[in-house]
Amino acid sequence: MTGSRYEMPDKKSEICVIGGGPAGLEAAIAAKELGAQVLIIDDNPILGGQLIKQTHKFFGSKAHYCGVRGVDIGTVLNEKAAALGVEVVNNATVVGYYDNDTLGILRDDTFSAVRAERYIFATGASENMLAFDNADLPGVYGAGAVQTMMNVYGVVPGRRALVVGSGNIGLIVPYQLLQAGVEVAAIVEIMNKVGGYYVHAAKIKRAGVPIYLKHTVTEVQGKESVEAAVISQVGDDYTCLMGTEKTIECDMILIAIGLSPLCDLLHQAGCRIDYIPELGGHVPYHDKNMRTSRSNIFVCGDLACIEEASTAMLEGRIAGARAYESLHGRKSRAAEIARQAQKELDIIRTSPFEERIVYGKKKFFPGQVPEAKS
Amino acid sequence: MYDYITRHPILEFKRGKKVKFHFEDTELEGYENQPIAAALHAAGIKVLSFSDKYNRPRGFFCAVGKCSSCLMEVNGRPNVMVCMEPLRAGMRVKRQKGRGKSR
Repeated sequence: MTGSRYEMPDKKSEICVIGGGPAGLEAAIAAKELGAQVLIIDDNPILGGQLIKQTHKFFGSKAHYCGVRGVDIGTVLNEKAAALGVEVVNNATVVGYYDNDTLGILRDDTFSAVRAERYIFATGASENMLAFDNADLPGVYGAGAVQTMMNVYGVVPGRRALVVGSGNIGLIVPYQLLQAGVEVAAIVEIMNKVGGYYVHAAKIKRAGVPIYLKHTVTEVQGKESVEAAVISQVGDDYTCLMGTEKTIECDMILIAIGLSPLCDLLHQAGCRIDYIPELGGHVPYHDKNMRTSRSNIFVCGDLACIEEASTAMLEGRIAGARAYESLHGRKSRAAEIARQAQKELDIIRTSPFEERIVYGKKKFFPGQVPEAKS
Repeated sequence: MYDYITRHPILEFKRGKKVKFHFEDTELEGYENQPIAAALHAAGIKVLSFSDKYNRPRGFFCAVGKCSSCLMEVNGRPNVMVCMEPLRAGMRVKRQKGRGKSR
C-alpha cells in the first residue's frame, strides 16, 4: 500500500473483541463488568454495527429491549460500554490473524499489531448476492446497503424499488423506504410463503405493496443503472415459467435473500469451520460456551449463525462471561451471566422461526443430530 | 439537485459541515465525514467505476465496507472503498477503470 507505515506498537489487552455490533458490545460489556481488561476493534466511526440503521422496534421481553428501536439500543450499549471503560479502537480494520496469536490492524494507513490472551470474534455477516442478467448494474443493492444510505446518512436511495426476498429484512426495509418517501413497486419471494414475521408482512401489505410469491427476478434492464426489472413466476422445481414474465419499472433492486457469516479471519486462525446451511453457510465450530476449536478464540452473533440482534446480544454475553472465566477460573458471577443469557436464548429459540437454528447448531456435534428435517 | 431526506417520521439527521469536492471534472458539494459514496449518490452519481475486462459500470453493493464493489480513485490513490471513506474538503474523486493505477 502506498504511503502506509509499518509499526509494531504492540497494543496488549486481556480480551480483544473484534466487531462492535450488538454481539461484540454485549460480549465486551459482560467481560468488563466481571473485571477484565477489554478492547474492541471496529471498522466504523461509531459502534453499534447494524443497529445504527434499524428504525424498527424490537420484539420479545423487556430484557431484550422489546418496544425499543434498534438505533436506540445501539446508543444504550455504547453508553454502557463507555461508562464501564471499555477501550475502543474505531475506524480500524483487522486485516490478519498471525502467528503468536497476534492481530494485524490497519487504521488511518497505519499498520499495527494487537495481542490479547482471548479473542472474541463478532465480525457479523455480509449480504448475499443473486445472479441474474445485468446483476452488476449500479442500482442493484443489498437491502442493508439501502438501509444504511437512507437511515444513517439520510440519502434518498432512489425513486422506486423492487425487493427480492421476503425475510424480515426484505419486509422491514421496504416499509422504511415508504417512511422516507420512496415508492416500492413490489416484493418478490421465490418460496410459496413469506419468509419473515407475519406482522411485518401485514404492515407492508396494508401499505399497498404487493408480495409476489413463487416469483423471482430474472433480468435487470438499464444503460448505466437500473431502469426496469423483469420478474417471472417459478414452477415447483423453481425454474422460471415461460410466458409469466412481467416488466416492473424501478430504479433500484434490493437484494434481501440472506447473509453469510464473515469467517475469513477464523479460517486464517485455523479454527474448525463447518458448512451448515441452516446457520448461514460456512460457520466456525463453537460449543455452548461460544468457544471455537481454538481455546483462545470465542465467537458470537451473526458470525456464529445468521439470526437476530436479540439473540446476538445474548450470545455475546455468554462469550464475554466464558472468555473471562477461561482466564480467571470459574467465578459464580460469570457463570450466572452465562446461565441467565442461555436461559433467555432457550426461550427465544422455542419459536418456530428458530427451529432451523436449533437444528443447525446441533450439527456441530454429530451424535446429537436428530432425524433429517424435511 | 442534491437528494437528501429532509423530513422523516422517526429520524433526525445530523450532518457535518458543507464542503466542496471534485468528482471527475465537476465540483460537487457534500457533508464532511459522510462516506464519499453517500455524497455521490445524493448528487445522482451511481456509476463509481468500470469493470476490468468488459468495462461495465459498477456501483456500490453492500455500503458497509465488505464487498469491494465501490472502489474509486481518491486523491490519486486507487482502490479506495468509498462507502466507508469519509469525505473531506477538496478531495479529488475519480471513477476507477479496472484495477486502477497509482498516480
